[in-house]
Amino acid sequence: MTQTATTDRAASKPLPRKPWNRHLLAIAVLAVLMVPVPLLLPASQQSIAMRVLIFALMSVGWNIMSGFGGMFSFGHASYFGLGAYTSAWLLVESEVSPWIGMAAGVLVASVFAVVSGFLALRYRLKGAYFALATFAFAEMFRLLATNTDLVNRAEGYHVPLKVDESWWWMQFAPTSPNYFWIALALLIAALAISVLFLRSRTGQFALAVRDDQDAAAALGIPVIRYKLLTMALSAAITSVAGAFYVQYYLFIDPDLAFGSAVSIQAILPAVIGGVGTIWGPVLGAVILGPLSDMTATLLRNPPEFLAFLAGRGGLDVMIYGVLLIIIILVLPQGIYSAVRERWFRP
Amino acid sequence: MSILRVEGLTKRFRGVTAVDDVSFEVEEGSILGVIGPNGAGKTTVFNLIAGAVAPDAGRTFLEGAEITGKPPHAIAQAGMVRTFQLMRPFYSMSVLDNIAIAVLASRTGHRAPRDRAAEIVHTVGLDVWRDAPTEGLPTAALKRLELARALALQPKVLLLDEVLAGLVPSERAPVMDLLERLRREEGITMVFVEHIMAAVMRLSDSVLVLNLGKVLTAGTPEEVTKDPRVIEAYLGEEPTRADS
Repeated sequence: MTQTATTDRAASKPLPRKPWNRHLLAIAVLAVLMVPVPLLLPASQQSIAMRVLIFALMSVGWNIMSGFGGMFSFGHASYFGLGAYTSAWLLVESEVSPWIGMAAGVLVASVFAVVSGFLALRYRLKGAYFALATFAFAEMFRLLATNTDLVNRAEGYHVPLKVDESWWWMQFAPTSPNYFWIALALLIAALAISVLFLRSRTGQFALAVRDDQDAAAALGIPVIRYKLLTMALSAAITSVAGAFYVQYYLFIDPDLAFGSAVSIQAILPAVIGGVGTIWGPVLGAVILGPLSDMTATLLRNPPEFLAFLAGRGGLDVMIYGVLLIIIILVLPQGIYSAVRERWFRP
Repeated sequence: MSILRVEGLTKRFRGVTAVDDVSFEVEEGSILGVIGPNGAGKTTVFNLIAGAVAPDAGRTFLEGAEITGKPPHAIAQAGMVRTFQLMRPFYSMSVLDNIAIAVLASRTGHRAPRDRAAEIVHTVGLDVWRDAPTEGLPTAALKRLELARALALQPKVLLLDEVLAGLVPSERAPVMDLLERLRREEGITMVFVEHIMAAVMRLSDSVLVLNLGKVLTAGTPEEVTKDPRVIEAYLGEEPTRADS
């Protein structure tokens, strides 16, 4: 190709840097800053911190499929529940370490994601119909678990307590900071994987497919393969949250694993923080975690003027709803995007 | 040997035969212009040979190998790349990143896709817009971006669907220059659908005229424009050659 004088001028203008390294650095800084948190936090606040980490992990997973992959899922409870049930079943029935159970859960959830995803794409489900299909799969699992003797029907599983603290069995004293550190490590890993995914060829193709799948196919990108890969990664991360949930709360049943509330908990942090951004799900979880705890406390022990609320369920759902409406009206792109627009405009 | 051969391509949409027994061949390194009134089936022919729509009958061969019924991505990987009439950028990405995706997807790949993309940006004359987001880009720039992404794949055959439409005359000339240069220097074979006769006359080695889904006639640009059937198909009007 002919080179002209302008080539040199154009070449001298440096290409804009990609933000990946900055994101990785920020994730590393976050990891270091968060390590002492469980030692500084009063015991009463520990459970809130744990809630934030689990919400964030679920939502980082959801964000990969629905934010970066553009396939809106209303059924991430499937993956969360498969992770939870696989590890619980292996632990209770066969005395398998939760770490191995977690890995098995990842495998089961991502295989299911690929199979169900293939079916949904095969029948060309898009948008709301795709979301409904994911919801239907989660409900199917909930009903299946509720009616299957193999997994104790509606009773679910109690994780048996070991005598000693043990990393192998992922069991510690209830106030041990180890739980926090494990969840933190899982979240940091999930965030780093998100960034590495976006930086990779696979992630770049996934974004192209999200933006315009016909244009992507015209460039030789096999659309279905990249959609399924994105779903598998998303399912894997959310299933890890499920497996950890069982170990931390020592209990799982069909509603806690596969209920629609679980799917919503995976969606909300990302929507509030910013769909399709690295930090959105984390930011959203930091807001939602304390909020859901506050509503729970408020209901248990309401002040006098709210006495009529005592013993009623559903306040948290109402507050979520109101918050969601406000966020979507005021910051339709989520908090992270709004902040970035305002202060970090390049 | 012809690099692209189409035999008896037919497509019906609910009883309407949009493309009816269309056959043609394209010699390697040549440019075929496809013209015809609105609704003649030009874009459908593109969709059929690029794999976006499956034909009801007929076969397509690229370099002698049959590609009929293959999915669009497989045909692109085989070396035949299409552009879209309505521009379809990856809206979340800059111009450069759009092209970098195509470089990544090319058969050969590239060690530094963004550097290669920057070269292509320059080739198609998009330097001014290189780092701009694709949202809100003017039509002329988006048309060039379509072309740039296709070029990044180093295609053997380029299917161009109205790359000049929507451009004012002063914007057309540089694009035509570019297409001529690509054919001359890189030997890319092109099939292009176009309404602007001046471009068809200037670029095409041969012209295929479609009307109501059928091949009306084919030949050199001069032969075709003198053909009374062609003039009649354009509702008795002389084909527009107002601008150049």
